[in-house]
Amino acid sequence: MSRSLINWFKFASPATFYPLAGRVIPFFAAAAVLLLGAGLWTGLAVAPTDAQQGEGYRIIFVHVPASWMSMFIYCVMAFWAALGLAFNTRLSGMMMSALAPTGAMFAFLSLWTGSFWGKPMWGAWWVWDARLTSQLILFFLYLGFIALQAAIDDPRRADKAGAILALVGVVNIPIIYFSVQWWNTLHQGASVSMTKAPSMAHVMLLGMLLMAFGFWAYTITMALMRVRCIILERELTSEWVKRNAME
Amino acid sequence: MTASSITPFRQAVRRDLLLAARHKTEVITALFFFVIVVNLLPLGIGPDPELLRKIAPGALWIGALLATLLGLQRLFAPDHQDGTLEQMALSPQPFTLLVAGKILAHWLVAGLPVVLIAPLLGLQFDLSGRSLWILVLSLLLGTPILSLIGAVGAALTLGVRGSGVLLSLLILPLYIPALIFGAGAVESDLAGLGAEGHLSLLGALLLVCAVFAPWVTTVALRVALE
Repeated sequence: MSRSLINWFKFASPATFYPLAGRVIPFFAAAAVLLLGAGLWTGLAVAPTDAQQGEGYRIIFVHVPASWMSMFIYCVMAFWAALGLAFNTRLSGMMMSALAPTGAMFAFLSLWTGSFWGKPMWGAWWVWDARLTSQLILFFLYLGFIALQAAIDDPRRADKAGAILALVGVVNIPIIYFSVQWWNTLHQGASVSMTKAPSMAHVMLLGMLLMAFGFWAYTITMALMRVRCIILERELTSEWVKRNAME
Repeated sequence: MTASSITPFRQAVRRDLLLAARHKTEVITALFFFVIVVNLLPLGIGPDPELLRKIAPGALWIGALLATLLGLQRLFAPDHQDGTLEQMALSPQPFTLLVAGKILAHWLVAGLPVVLIAPLLGLQFDLSGRSLWILVLSLLLGTPILSLIGAVGAALTLGVRGSGVLLSLLILPLYIPALIFGAGAVESDLAGLGAEGHLSLLGALLLVCAVFAPWVTTVALRVALE
């Protein structure tokens, strides 16, 4: 029993995680470059022009995976938050704060590309559609999380307060989503439908999946790079960092 | 609940109400803030009664949201500064009950006056009798939600740099469901759809918040007091 526990928690210590992260970053970075390259090439060059939407639809190769990532990263942050509060591990809080900026970036990217897509398709930069609105609120939640962590000087307190906020946020996301959906249907009927054409060409799906996996690899790379910086910042006085910096 | 466990709760409520009674201006200022914000909207938008009736629920609800925020900063901060909050956390009485008492007192001081004065403002927006009742009912169910969720934010930002602005940034996105259902209740009544669905959802939200928010607030306060 003790053996398996040791294996589980071995990399929960910043001192052992730091070199591990350093070793795996190049692989994820290479995967990100390859997947994003292949995904963009598939999406922009190989995939056929959409019958109804023309060339403008190609934005979805960035837009949809970015939206997926922005929601997924918040869930991952909530996972680290729960882990950090339950086991009081330092690394969980660091992972959480390392993920937040990337999540906010994807939420913003999703909104931005969404409005670029909406202008030619719907004729408006912004529509009070349920998905758009809840994505905007998700972006606000990210900003609130980052602002809270930035405002607290003591890193342990920042981690715990951020963890509580992330968990409260993750409970609220479904409530917000459904409330916005009902609000929207009550207000203005289905003037705009975001549902895709029933049969999506396989090439389009492939391009989207490649982009999604590319974003995953990118997120992991960025989070690990950022967490390495956070570890160095926080453990500046510890022995192993000094040894490491000497090398 | 036994008598011994209700006593600290009641005493926490009583203490905060007493404190509010000694600083009446704070309560009255928040209420006037609500009145002024709501009254600014017609001045900005125009006096057309048709339009005003349409925006009335949203205007009153947003006014209530902002008025609640105003008082929230002072929910824990004075007690934190003079060390009372720490004594509460250390006391043998359950901290969650004391916190719940403080939240209830906050609602009685900041939320209830807003609910009571809302019909008067509703009249300015040309709302009819039934819609006024629904507005009061939705605020009665909704403003406690604002106090409960707000308490979590107040605890998280306790003693933090620029806590006032930060509090609004954290809390306002979480207020959206209450705003939608609360204002939606009046709107759907105006549209002849009936407000029961919205009010039920608002009530459900209130129950969920009443169970979890004091507990989460306590956890956040313990983090802040560490």
